[in-house]
Amino acid sequence: MTWSEMQPLLEQACWDTLYMVGWSTLIAVVGGLPLGVLLVLTDRGGLLQNVVANKVIGQVVNVARSMPFIILMVALMGFTRSITGTTIGREAAIVPLAVGAIPFFARLVETAVREVDGGLVEAVQSMGGNTWTIVRKVLVPEALPSLIASTTTTIVALIGYSAMAGTVGAGGLGDIAIRYGYQRFETELMWITVAILAVVISLIQFAGDYAARSLHSRGGRSGPAPKLRLLKAATADTKTV
Amino acid sequence: MITTSGLTKVYRSRGREVTALDGVDLHVREGEVYGVIGQSGAGKSSLIRCVNLLERPTAGTVTVAGQDLTALAGRGPRAGKELRQARSRIGMVFQHFNLLSTRTVQDNVELPLEILGTSGKERSRKALDLLDLVGLADQAGAYPAQLSGGQKQRVGIARALAGDPKVLLSDEATSALDPETTRSILQLLRDLNRQLGLTVLLITHEMDVVKSVCDSAALMERGRIVESGTVGELLATPGSQLASALFPVSGEVSADDRTVVDVTFQGEAATQPVISQLSRTYNIDISILGAAIDTVGGLQVGRMRIELPGRYEDNVVPIGFLREQGLQIDVVGQGHEGQESVLVKEGAK
Repeated sequence: MTWSEMQPLLEQACWDTLYMVGWSTLIAVVGGLPLGVLLVLTDRGGLLQNVVANKVIGQVVNVARSMPFIILMVALMGFTRSITGTTIGREAAIVPLAVGAIPFFARLVETAVREVDGGLVEAVQSMGGNTWTIVRKVLVPEALPSLIASTTTTIVALIGYSAMAGTVGAGGLGDIAIRYGYQRFETELMWITVAILAVVISLIQFAGDYAARSLHSRGGRSGPAPKLRLLKAATADTKTV
Repeated sequence: MITTSGLTKVYRSRGREVTALDGVDLHVREGEVYGVIGQSGAGKSSLIRCVNLLERPTAGTVTVAGQDLTALAGRGPRAGKELRQARSRIGMVFQHFNLLSTRTVQDNVELPLEILGTSGKERSRKALDLLDLVGLADQAGAYPAQLSGGQKQRVGIARALAGDPKVLLSDEATSALDPETTRSILQLLRDLNRQLGLTVLLITHEMDVVKSVCDSAALMERGRIVESGTVGELLATPGSQLASALFPVSGEVSADDRTVVDVTFQGEAATQPVISQLSRTYNIDISILGAAIDTVGGLQVGRMRIELPGRYEDNVVPIGFLREQGLQIDVVGQGHEGQESVLVKEGAK
């Protein structure tokens, strides 16, 4: 394959990946953030203690997390069709990607929010703040550096997941690497996609770390510890995908 | 201003019950600084947390500024609207400051005003006024991480005052600070108490805190208040553990057949030459083992530890003479000695 043949393929693949990962990240954050906060609030000793609800949410999250993405994609086909009207293409891939990422992000949010000092919650309670105020003014802002790191982790994991979206004809970089690079022995193209993926992931990680760190430098009370731990968890997670 | 009656708090965990508060009756008058002192685990923290119902008491009532808070609490663990409104009129300062690290000093002070729904302009005006009051007007734009411990606690105090409270609760506010900073924070609390007529309830494990700012004090042990009263009353109570811890005199008995007596002078009595009168009247030699004059809770107090020859039985008459002079006499080694030494140690820490 010549470069002029590869170029449009790669360009399209980049856009497809970006499109799928972008939308599914957005949905994962919108869905996972409240879920993660709820996991903390409903836990024993939490502000909205509800052991039954906590167990149910926890179990749902665990089951969704433990399912291999390729199985999840097949299992969700009916659901995907009911939303997008089709089970193939980019839009169809966004549904299972988002569904898979919501519990993933929710667990990260849970960890981040748990790191927030209970004394701050107590302080706002003593001022007469209600639970919503505490979530809005304390838990989310104080956990923000960790939440940004969690988002980075989720994006990187989603890029990994999206490689499998090729199986439903969604395209993307992973799909190119498998179909052209592996199945048609276009080794050169495969390595180029791998290189592009490496660069994209590095850039995202760098941007995420930078954003988290610049928020941290103002605060510093909670320290950089949670962020570092989340990053380690991230590398472990992407490997298992 | 603050009254608790029969306040009881029992923690249950895995079938075990721990009684943190065991029927506490506390009465804090309007405009006074009231200190609750005790060792860790005595129940001080539970007590102050029960006053604004951060902890729900198992039994008993809490009344702040004439309002029965326990009645507002409702049954669930969540605070209803009325309780939250009542809380917003009670300021609270914490040992570890509990400032939001992502907000500037000014924004931290504005937080309670945001909760109260004050308009933006009014909020920043008020926050700057309060920062001025605590001496931090120039740090409004700084983040808590850039401040020293004492400055952080000043922000904490400014924040606690934002809702114009009549009552300030201080939960070991100076325990994380060095002695110098502790003094300046206590001075600030005292000034606020005088200027704003603020009623302050503070808990501490440091006797010096009680000594330098409190009008009244209570001693807690194992979830109960074992002694309480104004500093003057406490000093006038024979055998009071708090009094001897607030104002210790040292000096060891020199021989077995001696009687050691602590004499406490307050006000009028301090002007009489009682010791020389005693010596002349009964023709006995008196040695002074230790003596001190100090101001405790704004009250001039003198205390002297003297030694009389002979055993206690031989000195009943001279001791009676001293009591007749209106002095407070504690015979050392008779009764309260054991407990006293524990507290003196605690105070010294």
